[in-house]
Amino acid sequence: MNTAGGKDAPHNEQLINELNKIALEIRRDILMMTTNAGSGHPGGSLSAADIITALYFHHMRHDPKNPKWEDRDRFILSKGHSCPALYAALARCGYFPREALWTLRKVGSILQGHPDMIKTPGLEASTGNLGQGLSIGIGMALAARLDHKDYQVYVLLGDGEIDEGQVWEAAMAASHFHLDNLVATVDLNGLQLDGYTGDIMSLEPVGDKWRAFGWYVMEIDGHNMREILDALDMAERIKYKPTAIIAHTIKGKGVSFMENQVKFHGEALSEEQLNEALKELS
Amino acid sequence: MATRDAYGKTLVALGRINKDIVALDADLSTSTRTAWFGKEFPERFFNFGIAEANMISAAAGFAACGKIPFASTFAVFATGRVYNQFRTSVAYPNLNVKVVATHSGISIGEDGPTHFCVEDIALMRALPNTTVLIPADAAETEAAVKACIEHVGPIYLRLGRPKVPVIFEESYKWTGEPLTFKIGGSVTLREGGDLAIIASGLMVSEALKAAEELEKEGIRTMVIDLYSIKPIDEDTLVKAAKETGAIVTAEEHNVLGGVGSSVAEVLVETVPVPMVKVGIQDTFAESGPMNDILVKYGLTASNIIEAAKKVLKRKE
Repeated sequence: MNTAGGKDAPHNEQLINELNKIALEIRRDILMMTTNAGSGHPGGSLSAADIITALYFHHMRHDPKNPKWEDRDRFILSKGHSCPALYAALARCGYFPREALWTLRKVGSILQGHPDMIKTPGLEASTGNLGQGLSIGIGMALAARLDHKDYQVYVLLGDGEIDEGQVWEAAMAASHFHLDNLVATVDLNGLQLDGYTGDIMSLEPVGDKWRAFGWYVMEIDGHNMREILDALDMAERIKYKPTAIIAHTIKGKGVSFMENQVKFHGEALSEEQLNEALKELS
Repeated sequence: MATRDAYGKTLVALGRINKDIVALDADLSTSTRTAWFGKEFPERFFNFGIAEANMISAAAGFAACGKIPFASTFAVFATGRVYNQFRTSVAYPNLNVKVVATHSGISIGEDGPTHFCVEDIALMRALPNTTVLIPADAAETEAAVKACIEHVGPIYLRLGRPKVPVIFEESYKWTGEPLTFKIGGSVTLREGGDLAIIASGLMVSEALKAAEELEKEGIRTMVIDLYSIKPIDEDTLVKAAKETGAIVTAEEHNVLGGVGSSVAEVLVETVPVPMVKVGIQDTFAESGPMNDILVKYGLTASNIIEAAKKVLKRKE
């Protein structure tokens, strides 16, 4: 499933523009979904939108008509609260009808407040209690090796999330097991629920930490589509160790009054704010 | 033979047949006996080091890719330490992960309360989708591990460290008859109309001893090996309550939330009868040689006999 010319297409201007356009649509969906639901986590969904777009609309091998295809690449949203971005991408890929987006967080919906792999077609893990996704990815990456399959496992973590000790248990294990089919991307938007990550729990130097755990580390602008695509390609060429992509992002990216505002971590826009935001995202 | 030894042996035997089985451990494989599997199938054995949370969530990843992970460590680490990982990564998505915990209860003796586990049944049975099994001896453990493979879904299998008396004949027979280990089942080991002792794990052999003593005094005692705590064999429990009108439960676990509580939950809504729970009376206990600890904390046949007499008085 590649709506943008296939994984091996060159990262030309046309591809970048196409992906940026999709990311913009996903941002609009994120805001409409969460406002419609009256709750949710738009800030971190917007910061992750470009990375998720690059994966689902260009880089990953997957087939919405056959969500359980054995050779598919796996994506785990460890920062599960950013699921509106993932739901928007899955709907746009065709895993489920777009109308489902307007049932987010409502009774009977296939779209739970945090990812539920049983209810939602295309989800690979149930996440949202932070810190567990990378470990789940390790199990999948080891299973791929046992089955002699060449699929890749992509895990997206929040920067606040890496406060969790389990992330570092997983970081240690992934390099111990030489999991070169595992890529961890950290959505480094600098904010967590209670404030700036540096004030709540110091993370820096983030890249050095992953490097010290034995990972190949790249630092990129997580909103620059070309840099994201190049990093994902590079990660596949790295052998014998897992790759960490430290993606510098902006929480609330794309809407001026949401950017770097901690209150939009876990608060949906009002109807009025939504209209303002959609004007900016057009 | 200890139930953990039977687990180690059975896992190797099943590993030869079923290539999807993988074993995970957290630096206790020598004690949990998954090392035996690791020796024969090094490519399917994964030691996660002393990082149980990572191990349990990784087991979820294995299961999501079609593997049958058996994740083992001591009960205290396999449950409380990773409760949220098991709950969210495994039980909620109903993944086919088997957590096989050894060193449960207080029978590890000298290591003391930090390493005892008297709350795991309560924790694990509270989780939707989750099956909780407690085999009583080696033959029943072998049957339970096989049942783990046949059942698709999360299972918590509770095993112990010490050697336990043989209850069942080899290949899981009782009085010469082959038994079927069924998730949601139980074994009625003795019939009797005055009283029923419902026991799990280590306490099953004590229950049998107690029943023999009670029989000498003319008290006809039914004994049920309740190996499946969740789902629970409601029909047999109801039948036992109807036939005897008096119940004693016996478990190597806190009396809050464990086997006794599970039985009480069934009977209070069906056939409420007098009941006494033998088990650890809401304490962490203390270090000591196993037999001394079991005596001090009330987990012997004589405690069951005492409970039986108490409950029979209430029946009158």
